Amino acid sequence: MTTLRVLAAMSGGVDSAVAAARAADAGHDVTGVHLALSRNPSSYRTGARGCCTLEDARDARRAADVIGIPFYVWDMADRFHADVVEDFVAEYARGHTPNPCLRCNEKIKFAAVLDRAVALGFDAVCTGHHARLEPVPGAPGSTRLARSVDPAKDQSYVLAVLTGEQLSRAVFPLGDTTKDQVRREAADRGLGVADKPDSHDVCFIADGDTSGFLQRHLGSAPGDIVEADGTVIGSHDGSYGFTIGQRKGLRIERPASDGRPRFVLSIEPVSRTVTVGPAEALDVRQIEASRPVWSGCAPPSGSVRCHVQLRAHGDVHQGVCEPDGDGVRITLGEPARGIAPGQAAVFYDGDAVLGSATISRAS
Amino acid sequence: MSNANAAAAPAGLVYLDHAATTPMLPAAVAAMTEELAQVGNASSLHSAGRRARRVVEESREIIADAYGARPSEVIFTSGGTEADNLALKGLYWASVAADPRRRRVLASATEHHAVLDCVRWLTEHEGAVGDCLAVGQAGEVTPAVLADAIEADPDNVGVISVMWANNEVGTVQPIAELAALAAEHRIPFHSDAVQAAGQLPVSLAAAGATALTITAHKIGGPVGVGALLLAKGAQPVPVLHGGGQERDVRSGTLDVPAIRAFAVAVQVATGRREDEAKRQAALRDDLIAQVLAAVPDAILNGAPPGPDRLPGNAHFSFPGCEGDALLMLLDARGIACSTGSACTAGVAQPSHVLLAMGADEARARGSLRFSLGHCSEQSDVDALAAAIGEAVERARRAAR
Repeated sequence: MTTLRVLAAMSGGVDSAVAAARAADAGHDVTGVHLALSRNPSSYRTGARGCCTLEDARDARRAADVIGIPFYVWDMADRFHADVVEDFVAEYARGHTPNPCLRCNEKIKFAAVLDRAVALGFDAVCTGHHARLEPVPGAPGSTRLARSVDPAKDQSYVLAVLTGEQLSRAVFPLGDTTKDQVRREAADRGLGVADKPDSHDVCFIADGDTSGFLQRHLGSAPGDIVEADGTVIGSHDGSYGFTIGQRKGLRIERPASDGRPRFVLSIEPVSRTVTVGPAEALDVRQIEASRPVWSGCAPPSGSVRCHVQLRAHGDVHQGVCEPDGDGVRITLGEPARGIAPGQAAVFYDGDAVLGSATISRAS
Repeated sequence: MSNANAAAAPAGLVYLDHAATTPMLPAAVAAMTEELAQVGNASSLHSAGRRARRVVEESREIIADAYGARPSEVIFTSGGTEADNLALKGLYWASVAADPRRRRVLASATEHHAVLDCVRWLTEHEGAVGDCLAVGQAGEVTPAVLADAIEADPDNVGVISVMWANNEVGTVQPIAELAALAAEHRIPFHSDAVQAAGQLPVSLAAAGATALTITAHKIGGPVGVGALLLAKGAQPVPVLHGGGQERDVRSGTLDVPAIRAFAVAVQVATGRREDEAKRQAALRDDLIAQVLAAVPDAILNGAPPGPDRLPGNAHFSFPGCEGDALLMLLDARGIACSTGSACTAGVAQPSHVLLAMGADEARARGSLRFSLGHCSEQSDVDALAAAIGEAVERARRAAR
């Protein structure tokens, strides 16, 4: 095996610590780096739930000490704010439902950080993501992304946006390991983060209150909640507080005429209209998606049968995707429910990722 | 090297960060090790206590003698930060107690955070009015600047603090002149002499200062012990209350092993100070020449080599680089240096010293300090010279 100069991104959590340790064990020349993503570290989540607090930086440093690798903190706060936080707010403002973890991988970890690492003489960036890199059949020397062996922890969905070039400089040492095994290994290695709870939710929303966060950034923008026929049945303070498929928190006082629960069907940011209706109206078979990335296969010239995943940890659907101009048209075999623009559609062949695109319209 | 006064950095390490801390002298290690095996509280009345007391007092005399103070003017502390806190807070409180108008605190903009953060704390919590003394482009505080600041209202100044030599850029201040201005108005004058103490002729009496901060680990002694040299008659309000040790100014059981090792280091450092200053200055001049040859657009920060600059200090800005990237690249080559700036969550902040000297934020972020010490050799300088060009080139690529 070739020895690589590897930059291990260390969040302070158990996964990235074990990943860095494994990269070092594999004989690579590993340097640990904690990414400081907040301009004001105390403003991001504290304690176990976060990923960029002072305590997390300390945990990452301590893990690097135990592994015996150099460790530095890189200040990525400005890039993170511009590329992830502002993008998150802007996407909600236009009625989309963004995935900030995906954006962070695309713009920060495997772009800003990777570029800096390469310029400084590193060959690759190593993270604790639960995903695998496997050889592409029939294309010697190239690799593609594939699901983790631990389906509950698989993170291929939030990595599928990476290009082949980005993946060629990625190292994911945990893809063949379950989370339980990672924790046991961390304990065996004497890493203090072995039983640190997993991080959840959005790291830059300190209290977990996404709609409060959006309201602070976007202000109050009241509008109507209507039924499919245009009947106004309620009001809201900002359409960005809603997600397609959402049922709870609609605060509609009048029960539906048929007495059945209602769900958010669509969000129209210009008129600030939120349309609600019955569950079956959420069913979607046709999806348009933009900005496709084909990391696991050549860009298809015609339609491709594949599996499609439409949200993180969501169900997998049989479908056909075919290029359509700059975008992709996806036709699902069976209807899927609650598909939100802004989320990624990720195309799989079995466990292998073929590519991904950003959902722009569903019908 | 067999000389008992010679110490070395770990093999293979090119250690150019002596201003952060310098290796302990073997004689200091030996004295401390021997003392650690002894028993006795220097405040105890029995024979073991008397023995400890004697070690402390002999050490106090050595340190007093080296720094132009009387033995009773040496107040042992846990180090530079504590001594600075005692001087700033204690002298401020004493001034205000004597005259409630005296709430203005004057400190130069390039002080160490141990001073600056005291001023800020006193301002935020104790009714002080912090007044920053502007520095010139080399980081110098001119007597005219201090005179103007005092003259704004000489009767409301509680304490003045100007460091003897700057820890980042090595600029030496005209302490005697500054202290004389303070003395005209009977204003307590403190100077943080932590960086100067091993390299320059530091004297409490000759400077005419009220208080000087020194610390052991910058001159070959252990970390965790220092002193406030406190002129007779000055009575700062204590920060630490307790058993009344150290003129009732600094309570706490005296750390006899550390104090003994401190005195041994002071003795060695003082004895060879002039020779070492010449030797380090020559090495430093070569370091500057070689770095500028390898990176022609590097900028030497601070005063030109000479009496206004610490002999062991070289500090550069490397345009187009980030200091932390450079530091990492040099670290990977076994070369230890410093960005010289404070850390928040490990994130390098642009140096307040360089900003105060008029540098913009990019230049402040792209700076490195190389500091020489008693075990620095030509090979250290040569190793840096061989590595710096490529490191700067790489760091520039990474910053694009």
